[in-house]
Amino acid sequence: MQLRKNIATSESGFIFNPATGDSFSANPLASEIITLLKQGLSASEIKKNIQEKYDVENGQLEKDWDDFLLQLRDANLLDN
Amino acid sequence: MNTNNKLVVAVTGLNAIDSPGPGIAVIRALRDEFKENIRIIGLSYETLEPGIYLHDVVDKTYQIPYPSAGAEALISRIRYIHEKENLAVIIPNFDAELYNFIKLQSTFRTLGIQTFLPTQEQFDARDKINLYNFGKKYDLLVPKDKIIYHVGELNSCAEELNFPLVVKGKFYDAIIAHTLEQAQKAFYKLSAKWGYPIIVQEFITGTEINIAVLGDGKGNATSVIPMRKLYITDKGKAWAGITLEDEKLINLAKSFVAATNWKGGCELEIMMTLEGKLFIMEINPRFPAWIYLSAAAGQNQPATLVKLALGETVEPFTNYEVGKIFIRYSWDHITDVSEFQKISAFGEL
Repeated sequence: MQLRKNIATSESGFIFNPATGDSFSANPLASEIITLLKQGLSASEIKKNIQEKYDVENGQLEKDWDDFLLQLRDANLLDN
Repeated sequence: MNTNNKLVVAVTGLNAIDSPGPGIAVIRALRDEFKENIRIIGLSYETLEPGIYLHDVVDKTYQIPYPSAGAEALISRIRYIHEKENLAVIIPNFDAELYNFIKLQSTFRTLGIQTFLPTQEQFDARDKINLYNFGKKYDLLVPKDKIIYHVGELNSCAEELNFPLVVKGKFYDAIIAHTLEQAQKAFYKLSAKWGYPIIVQEFITGTEINIAVLGDGKGNATSVIPMRKLYITDKGKAWAGITLEDEKLINLAKSFVAATNWKGGCELEIMMTLEGKLFIMEINPRFPAWIYLSAAAGQNQPATLVKLALGETVEPFTNYEVGKIFIRYSWDHITDVSEFQKISAFGEL
């Protein structure tokens, strides 16, 4: 899973796709994940990072992760 | 240049109304580049074109005859204006007037007035009546269409193109029809307004993107600025838009210019499908009304056109700012009846 190149993000959670002109507001956690994706971390590395930082069960994390992925894909922010 | 060494440029399309002409945006871009060294001459058709009364935008306006009066009437009026103003360049901005301006290009040149316009062949080839063949010829993706003269022909159009389909007027307007009845109604409405033929086009869904292009007439795209409409009026006009970064869009514009040797400004209306296919929906043979965005993003197309028209060598731009947004607004300009009286009675203001 890879974020499209040139996706611009800000610390406030604003996401801008320069290829489509679309912009989105992400909540703090989504914003954090996107930053990690931009740094090139893999899905498993990011999930590990979240579990270390937040109190979340494995099943719930996987469910939320899939949901988040769907939203990114719908928003045309993923490369494939 | 006139006596005080200002570059004198005449511009049409001063109708900055709800479906605006590009003139005011073109002038704004020119003033950005040439500052106090330019004198703008407005060329108007109607007495209530807002630009006529905006004296910090247009230095002086002259009314010119409607395109239907023909090339002779136009050149006669331009000669008069030229004697007074010593025009260096004319930038026409309406589709309907371009035929006469293109026809008169060499006459203008003998008078010392420069233009930077497509050839008549280039102008005709991208006409919506010829657009499908144009796409086939240059290997560009264009929606299938049928050119029809009788309402009965809609049946075969529907069989070939399926519903929904787009019924388009010869010059302007498009109506999406989901049934044969709707298509028939659209046919009658558009033929009554614009005459024949009617264009029936395959319906393409996707994201609407426009590209402002400046071709140097030798196959090079001197400038390409893609923009996505963020807010669209009920007339389909962009009221807000944002510059995009997409190599596919840039390459499409470059291919278009390389294939046609397009000379001058133009606007490609693109539909990007979900699969990422880029369909050319229409090619407007002049700058769009949002052209000031090109200057704001770092590629001042109107100013560059003037430089090209004056024979300067201009290298193609390579960069522009992505994410630049324009938001149009309306403004009630106040003037006096004496001004209205002058332009109405004397055709000059």
